[in-house]
Amino acid sequence: MNPENDLIISQRLAKNFQRNFRERLIEFGLLCSGLIAIFITLAIVYVLVSEAIPFFQHVSIIDFLTDTVWTPNYSIKHYGILPLISGTLTTTGIALIVAVPLGTITAIYLSEFASHKVREIIKPILELLVGVPTVVFGYFALMLVTPMLQKIYPDLTTFNMLGPGIVMGIMIVPYIASVAEDSMRAVPMSMREGAYAMGATRFQTAIRVITPAAISGIVAAYILAISRAVGETMIVAIAAGQQPNFTFNPVESAATITSYIVSVALGDLEHGGIGYQSIFAAGLTLLIMTLLINILGHAVRKKYAERY
Amino acid sequence: MTIQNKPAANKNLDSIRKTIANHKRHDFIFASLGTLVIASLTITLLILFLDLVIDGYPRFNLDFFSNFPSRRAARAGILSAWIGSSLVLLVTFFVAVPLGITSGVYLEEYAKKNWFSDLIEINVSNLAGVPSIIYGLLALGLFVYSFGLGQSILTAGLTLALLMLPIVIVSTREAIRSIPVHIREAAYAVGATKWQVCRNHVIPYSYGGILTGVIIGMARAIGETAPVITIGALTFIAFLPPSPIGLEPPFINFDWLESGFTVLPIQMFNWISRPQLAFHVNAAATGAVIIMLTLLMNGFAIKLRYNIRKKIKW
Repeated sequence: MNPENDLIISQRLAKNFQRNFRERLIEFGLLCSGLIAIFITLAIVYVLVSEAIPFFQHVSIIDFLTDTVWTPNYSIKHYGILPLISGTLTTTGIALIVAVPLGTITAIYLSEFASHKVREIIKPILELLVGVPTVVFGYFALMLVTPMLQKIYPDLTTFNMLGPGIVMGIMIVPYIASVAEDSMRAVPMSMREGAYAMGATRFQTAIRVITPAAISGIVAAYILAISRAVGETMIVAIAAGQQPNFTFNPVESAATITSYIVSVALGDLEHGGIGYQSIFAAGLTLLIMTLLINILGHAVRKKYAERY
Repeated sequence: MTIQNKPAANKNLDSIRKTIANHKRHDFIFASLGTLVIASLTITLLILFLDLVIDGYPRFNLDFFSNFPSRRAARAGILSAWIGSSLVLLVTFFVAVPLGITSGVYLEEYAKKNWFSDLIEINVSNLAGVPSIIYGLLALGLFVYSFGLGQSILTAGLTLALLMLPIVIVSTREAIRSIPVHIREAAYAVGATKWQVCRNHVIPYSYGGILTGVIIGMARAIGETAPVITIGALTFIAFLPPSPIGLEPPFINFDWLESGFTVLPIQMFNWISRPQLAFHVNAAATGAVIIMLTLLMNGFAIKLRYNIRKKIKW
């Protein structure tokens, strides 16, 4: 054996070891940042639950779910989440009434009717609409939409759920449109060609062939829209008033779960106080609601998933 | 026979023509409806923008940017708000971008396909759907009280970083996925290690796509209000955080991280919530500043993505 050769080999092995060690180290570092998503999820659940537990020791969970009065700031305190849920559901409902037809029409138009050129112009505009901050939409609801509605319906109060609901609808149209359009464009061309070959018009193809084929994606778009609307904060905090009110009447003012959290956070937060704990209980309710909506969406998508 | 049948056939043809005309009319009606909807959405966006600019026009002057908020609407400005926003975004950027990119690289290049990577994946997509105010509550419980960071710029920056993270991760992964396998194979063939492939090839080539995601995420962070309110940010700030850049060595200090702050959207929200109309003008002007920033950033990101898509090399 040549001793010089041995030296080279051992040097190489040492280098190899170094190199492998460095690779492992980097992989470990990357793994740590890959785990951040799990860590955040766990932290959310932990913080909400651990702060909500003392709240539920103070307020029984049955009162929380069945009491129709939410007056944490009054001398006689009531903690019934129902008024906040009714506000959340009403604004979400109005938003969906606006956004579902508009979003679906936009999606069908963009995917089946619009030329390539038109689509290239419209899609960026929709994306810009997604980028508009919600606080600006809130201003829009309070200063522009509600006064306009008051001209049609003079009894409307300055703070109501109708105006912010409509604005929220406009806000979520692009979400529905882009997700639904993606799923429609994913329907294979052969299905369109088949329909056209049978003499179907564009409209017939869109409604009877493409929409049923893409229904799981369209439902996913609606689900996304619902969870956006349920979690939307600033529009309702600005324009719906922040007074909890157990009603489904859109012309009344009301608070949603999110706007309640904002109104408490704006005041003096006493760490560990019941007011402080109540926003975590409200937040936990919100998280469970969005979770249920997402699970429902997942189930619906699975049921109607089309295989081509 | 044929002569007798002719009128009947004609009649049949007529009805077919009618049906076809009818169906074509449906086509036309729907196409018009679609155009109308899209036109009204575009017009809404325009009205939104113009309304803010017109309402806020009287306040567009240098004083507005160099004055502190004040009890008198005409003298109030957004100095503390825009400086606060910039500093918070600085923190957000330096936390979310490295974490997001490394996380994306891990998921796309390193993670083996098994239940564990599925779990991470589900988590990322779930996080993107969690309402932003929940992040505010997380930050309130964790950063403000458990870590004792208080209502500081650091807390707000970290909170917004959590919100931005899923956007950066998803865009990083999409950018990496569009790089063909043969590029990696070529690098491995000349003896590169996995990390060398990532650092010298995969990450640089996906640079544009990642940048798009980062810009969109930052634009979202600028306008995000609810989580920052939830951590208890103050709405009336008449002082500036300590300057990050000092005149004496070591030139850079980090005292500003612990400082109280306000940001543009909170300033706007504060002014909208006041009953006096004069403050609504200030709110509109602030809104115009925010919306201009976000539209510019989003527009730039969209343009960037378009350019990348056009000149893909492989």
